[in-house]
Amino acid sequence: MSEPTEDSVRAEVRAWLEANWKPDYGLVEWRLKLCESGWGAPHWPKQWYGRGLPVKFNSVVDEEFARVGAVGVAKAGIRTLAAATILEHGTDLHKEKFLKRILTGEDTWCQLFSEPGSGSDMAGAVTRADKQGNKWVINGQKVWTTSAHKAHWGLLLARANWDVPKHKGLAYFILDMKQPGVQVHPLKQMNNHASFNQVFFTDAIVEPEFLVSDVGDGWTVATTTLMHERRGADGLRTWAQATGRKGRIYDEERAEIATTMEPYKWYPQRAGRVDLVLPRARETGKIDDPVIRQEIARLLCLSKAAEWTARRARAAQDQGKPQGPEGSLGKLVSSHVARQAARVHTYITGSDALLSGADSPMAGVIAEILISVPATSIAGGTDEIQRNIISERVLKMPKEPSVDTTKPFKDVPRNITAS
Amino acid sequence: MRFSFSAEQDEFRTSLRRALEARSPTKEVRRLMATENGFDREGWQKLNQEMGLTAVHIPEAYGGSGFGFGELGIVLEEMGRNLLCAPYFSTAVLATTAILNASTEEQKKALLPGIASGEVTATLAFSEDSGLNDAASVAMTATPSGGTYKLDGIKSFVLDGHTADLIVVLARKPGSTGEDGLSFFTVDGKAAGLERRPLKTMDETRKLARLTFKGVAARLLGAEGQAAPAFARTMQQIVICLANEMVGGAERLREDALAYVKMRMQFGRSIASFQTTKNKAADMLVDVEMAKSAAYYAAAALDEGDDDLAAIASLAKATAAEAYLQTAIHAVQMHGGIGFTWDNDTHLWFKRAKSSEILFGDANYHRELMMRAWAA
Repeated sequence: MSEPTEDSVRAEVRAWLEANWKPDYGLVEWRLKLCESGWGAPHWPKQWYGRGLPVKFNSVVDEEFARVGAVGVAKAGIRTLAAATILEHGTDLHKEKFLKRILTGEDTWCQLFSEPGSGSDMAGAVTRADKQGNKWVINGQKVWTTSAHKAHWGLLLARANWDVPKHKGLAYFILDMKQPGVQVHPLKQMNNHASFNQVFFTDAIVEPEFLVSDVGDGWTVATTTLMHERRGADGLRTWAQATGRKGRIYDEERAEIATTMEPYKWYPQRAGRVDLVLPRARETGKIDDPVIRQEIARLLCLSKAAEWTARRARAAQDQGKPQGPEGSLGKLVSSHVARQAARVHTYITGSDALLSGADSPMAGVIAEILISVPATSIAGGTDEIQRNIISERVLKMPKEPSVDTTKPFKDVPRNITAS
Repeated sequence: MRFSFSAEQDEFRTSLRRALEARSPTKEVRRLMATENGFDREGWQKLNQEMGLTAVHIPEAYGGSGFGFGELGIVLEEMGRNLLCAPYFSTAVLATTAILNASTEEQKKALLPGIASGEVTATLAFSEDSGLNDAASVAMTATPSGGTYKLDGIKSFVLDGHTADLIVVLARKPGSTGEDGLSFFTVDGKAAGLERRPLKTMDETRKLARLTFKGVAARLLGAEGQAAPAFARTMQQIVICLANEMVGGAERLREDALAYVKMRMQFGRSIASFQTTKNKAADMLVDVEMAKSAAYYAAAALDEGDDDLAAIASLAKATAAEAYLQTAIHAVQMHGGIGFTWDNDTHLWFKRAKSSEILFGDANYHRELMMRAWAA
């Protein structure tokens, strides 16, 4: 068979959709057809619900789906990170049991990595995994767990060996969230939302076959999950947006998206809402203030240069060039953009920025920007960690001398946490 | 919009970088910047002809190679990186864009082949003693005189103004104001009544001159009194070109400072292992890459005729201005005491960063222009 091209992939998916797509399917029923045909996750292996196509063709397939209004597989939330990790490190049993139900949207997932005592230093996790008989018994606490209260399954990083250095003693598990040993409590944030959870384990059980890594390799597997988080699971993970279309399958999809996206509803405000700056400046007349004009212009310089830097990185990738430094900067730059946007919104809003909710501009949206932006430079790797990554991986600068990576983890000073 | 360079463009950059590194080491930069002319005519002509540099973006019909601003941007970025001492920006950017934007077909055929071949050096004179960069600030008058014109007044901050063979001059009809009555003229560098005084510059690699015109014979370029749109377009092209030159210098400073901290040992370890140094280096990379993105985008926008050019040009200049100077400040700091010495090369680029920050309008000026274009 000849190499697939953009045109050949487009023709093939178009023909398949013409023959198969009908909006009166049930959501799961239709997605089972996607699993069967491989068009739901075309870059996955043929054996596991994909078509083994290069990832660059995903956008072509997406375009064709959008053209006829066909619904895709479940793409939002942590489930796609679970899928990517399982595809790379899981056993056939894991693939058999989980992948299809991820694509159909029947199962939802959460990521149990961060702990109260280990944020940036994620490999310093102290949640315990102890072998009792042939089962694993889990005790400890995780935090910042998006959607844990809804999740069927969790990706768990826990310490199984305390006598080796920290990166060597971790194991990676798939944990059944619906069991008595798992308790989930919401975590209220400074912007009043509670998008994340605290998860407590008291003798929670993991069956032996749900150990994903060997003990000691948990960190490697976690790195895979994090890498997929950074690159959006190769486009499979999206910020889902519901369509306004009518029909059973669209209603089901809308309900699914509403549930999955609920924790993320303040994320646009977290990024600073650059889109609101010029309209708000005009509306308030602040557009004529020369000082504010300078600040707005600074923001537009940042946000445009950030957008063009991302486009440069993508263009180089499409050309098959090795990744240049421009591909590693987006996270840090987004913090600069968000902070400058919050500053500008404050200047534009004046005294009204003292208020929130119904008393404040745009029914609280501006207030929500001002108290959500601080999350940007923390979530998903702090600015400080981003700078370390850039300086060590891109600029090849030496690491700070380390005090915790060579001795047994049990001897490493660490935070006192409630257990 | 084009967001990456082709394999041919990358190859062109590589060979140009190699040629400039061989011909213009900092020792040579230091030798030439100490001379009044600021360049070596023979050496420059040889390099220019070998690499076809002034011909790059001149259309083939006028003796050039017919490439776009993308390729011109590459040349400028490499020259900024190398601090090449040559009248390139004045000739290939200032004079050439003005001629291309303002002249008749016949005039282009007469003027551009000499520039493309490298025989003629040229510049554009628009600023006067006020140092302002807008059309309205032009006071120099052009009086008709038997088919040609006589120019009277002062031009200042003229790049390579004391050495250029050909000077393109922006002047106005006596009594006109604002953007009305402006025309471009050409003047011979050796014309009678023209007095050229080299100015002492803070950035010695960038030579400026003050020109006094007393009844100097000049030839009109294009239509009389209609130069304002061509000047506006020329300014957009000039600042985009300068932004591309600037990011080349900024990247060089960043790389040199990084190499230095990796080598420098204090407290028994490389100073590159301290987080305070690493954070600075990461921030420098962000600044430079963002400025590169804006400069490259702006050059592509010129080639592709983007509607937002006025805003994009100013955005690129403002971004490059802040990034280059900030990089220079960090670079001196990262070198410590040695970075403040004359013998260390960092100050050469620091001064280029400072002169580029100001030349053709600083960041505040361009941010305001950007707002006028985007927000009215």
